[in-house]
Amino acid sequence: MISAGVGGRQLGGDLAGAAVVVVVIPRRRSRSIQSTAAGEALRCGGGGIKNAWSLQGTRPAILASRSFSSAAKEMTVRDALNSAIDEEMSADPKVFLMGEEVGEYQGAYKITKGLLEKYGPDRVLDTPITEAGFTGIGVGAAYHGLKPIIEFMTFNFSMQAIDHIINSAAKSNYMSAGQISVPIVFRGPNGAAAGVGAQHSQCYASWFASCPGLKVLAPYSSEDARGLMKAAIRDPDPVVFLENELLYGESFPVSAEVLDSSFSLPIGKAKIEREGKDVTITAFSKMVGYALKAAEILSKEGISAEVINLRSIRPLDRATINNSVRKTNRLVTVEEGFPQHGIGAEICASVVEDSFEYLDAAIERIAGADVPMPYAANLERLAVPQVEDIVRAAKRTCYRSSSLAATA
Amino acid sequence: MASAFSATAKFAQPLPLNTTSSARSQDKLSPPALFDPFRTSSSAATSPFLGSTRQLLCKSNRPLSHRRSSSSSAVVAVSDVKQKKPKSSSNLLITKEEGLELYEDMVLGRSFEDMCAQMYYRGKMFGFVHLYNGQEAVSTGFIKLLTKEDSVVSTYRDHVHALSKGVPARAVMSELFGKTTGCCRGQGGSMHMFSKEHNVLGGFAFIGEGIPVATGAAFTSKYKREVLKEPNSDHVTLAFFGDGTCNNGQFFECLNMAALWKLPIVFVVENNLWAIGMSHLRATSDPQIYKKGPAFGMPGVHVDGMDVLKVREVAKEAIGRARRGEGPTLVECETYRFRGHSLADPDELRDPAEKAHYAARDPISQLKTYMFENNLVNESELKAIDKKIDELVEEAVEFADESPVPDRSQLLENVFADPKGFGIGPDGRYRCEDPKFTQGTAQV
Repeated sequence: MISAGVGGRQLGGDLAGAAVVVVVIPRRRSRSIQSTAAGEALRCGGGGIKNAWSLQGTRPAILASRSFSSAAKEMTVRDALNSAIDEEMSADPKVFLMGEEVGEYQGAYKITKGLLEKYGPDRVLDTPITEAGFTGIGVGAAYHGLKPIIEFMTFNFSMQAIDHIINSAAKSNYMSAGQISVPIVFRGPNGAAAGVGAQHSQCYASWFASCPGLKVLAPYSSEDARGLMKAAIRDPDPVVFLENELLYGESFPVSAEVLDSSFSLPIGKAKIEREGKDVTITAFSKMVGYALKAAEILSKEGISAEVINLRSIRPLDRATINNSVRKTNRLVTVEEGFPQHGIGAEICASVVEDSFEYLDAAIERIAGADVPMPYAANLERLAVPQVEDIVRAAKRTCYRSSSLAATA
Repeated sequence: MASAFSATAKFAQPLPLNTTSSARSQDKLSPPALFDPFRTSSSAATSPFLGSTRQLLCKSNRPLSHRRSSSSSAVVAVSDVKQKKPKSSSNLLITKEEGLELYEDMVLGRSFEDMCAQMYYRGKMFGFVHLYNGQEAVSTGFIKLLTKEDSVVSTYRDHVHALSKGVPARAVMSELFGKTTGCCRGQGGSMHMFSKEHNVLGGFAFIGEGIPVATGAAFTSKYKREVLKEPNSDHVTLAFFGDGTCNNGQFFECLNMAALWKLPIVFVVENNLWAIGMSHLRATSDPQIYKKGPAFGMPGVHVDGMDVLKVREVAKEAIGRARRGEGPTLVECETYRFRGHSLADPDELRDPAEKAHYAARDPISQLKTYMFENNLVNESELKAIDKKIDELVEEAVEFADESPVPDRSQLLENVFADPKGFGIGPDGRYRCEDPKFTQGTAQV
């Protein structure tokens, strides 16, 4: 996608030091399928899940790209996480697990089931209710080369430990000029569950994703969960791993490659879950499922939506998003969290900065309602984006009717 | 003012178990027959804190309680240290070499901090600078007993901890000047001294932040020995923090977990009685910090932090305990900072009489006096050390002055250990693979 031309714009130039200059021909109203995307068409839903990460010619050393037919095996996200942590713990004795109820209770959401029996109390530690304390202990252990996985029962509780996540984990490699890296993983359910009230329902993606020094991942399917968890554990930097409680029980088809113990996904690469040509819908975590449903509905009305599963919130895969918008010329961002300063805001800014001439419609931003989560079931439904909201927003971008901003 | 308090006085908070002293019998809550191993003598609660400017009560001298054991059933708070007056030269607490080492380390700390003040007022140093003058006995007393593999975690008042642990003075000075030759390439600054080689794990600006990190480092030592089966892993971690921190939740969380998991850590409280302008007595319900140790199942020791030899004796026991796997210790060192909280602090709230009282107990002078009285050294040897340190500090300043400031490209370096953390570029490759993008490798 690099070619000389007129009217170019600097892509990805974060700061003067990162001089990546790309000049692109402005292409207008291109309706063809993304042919430069290494030619591997992606379909989702009917057949198997292809490796979209190889779409742009990136070949991480770990995996080769090959297509495979539909897989017979299904796996829940819970099992995917459990197996990923299990395999990484058995491969590397420096990996250990720490959190509330991770051991004898088998995990508050049963993600860490069976691990205490397998690895013993030295490696699966039930902690007292001391988020700040045990998060700091994890960071201190990571300073010395161990690889802790710190579980927060929900990410709302990470607020008690956020000092350590930001100040002693994220910033340490920088403050020590590379001497001390922090290979730690903070994981737990993030975002709204069902009826758990205001203090248990916030989405923390944008909070953590705004902090340099952290990597923030948000898996959707079992393949995402397995691959990203393994990548996170192997990564030498602090990773915030945002799961979703309502996805734990959902089953997704997995291929043999995903089940292999050396499988992992690259951090910083989004996945195009469904190819389309009329409007781009970006989402992460549970909202990917909603976006896919919305895409189904839209396809019946003649709108072909491209659904991007972000997978990685920081670093954000701006390249994939921008390439998609340059193809479709319309964008709808979907997230569950609060709208102000959210993930959608960052994506909007990125697209406006890099692909402004390509936009045919104002960007629609779907987010949760700008209120603490109410308890009543009907109010809660209003406070979280629903499939209809995504459909309406996509239609708005296509017909360009009135430019009402999209909220739930 | 506390005139009764002299340099070598011992203050005793004796806590023999199950005594039937009159003080205890006043307590109606627990019947005398109830065995309460964590009970401290209630007479201690009524006496004013020793560092206070209020009148001191006379304390009876008691010898070091031998009941201070490691078993959880008999943990007591001890605040007494062995007698300092030796009967003969063979009973001296230090040899000549050790004495010179301690003296040199304290003088290095003092001269370095004084030079920092000078440089700050000349504009070479900037931001927040917190100086350690007066507290050298704590740093020297503890850190000089450590090996290279033991770890030290500190607060923002961390220059001298780094120096005592072995970080070269020129590296620390360059770091303070913000030059690329500093121990953190100028990216950390005064409050964030890190050295992997010397196991200085920071340098934290938030009080209490270093305590869980230190607990984690101690956890690693135990994990390496028990899970990874590395036989020589008996490294001890020291966590240094102040009196204000002892009211912070993280402190208590870590006392609990360190005692629960028997981690090889020593919690060293540098109680200098002031948290910026907040007196410890105004901020704390029970100002005797060492008593908080037994509440969590570890010994709590109070020691005179202006006397390096006393600190060293307590440190030996505490570090030995940790190394043997007997668990953590809480050591409260009563000390004082001669300067303000930071170089921006006008230091108006502290009573000049209090400052004078502690200035008279300057740890460097005390050590000097001890060494002269016991004929360990003569004047000229100490003068030689003074001169050597002066030259070292001057040289450090010159080195820092002449060092270059960081390159522009250093701005984006070291955010991640894995440089792919900047993600995928527009051409589909990792940004860090672009030759124009900074790689992020640190050569310290």
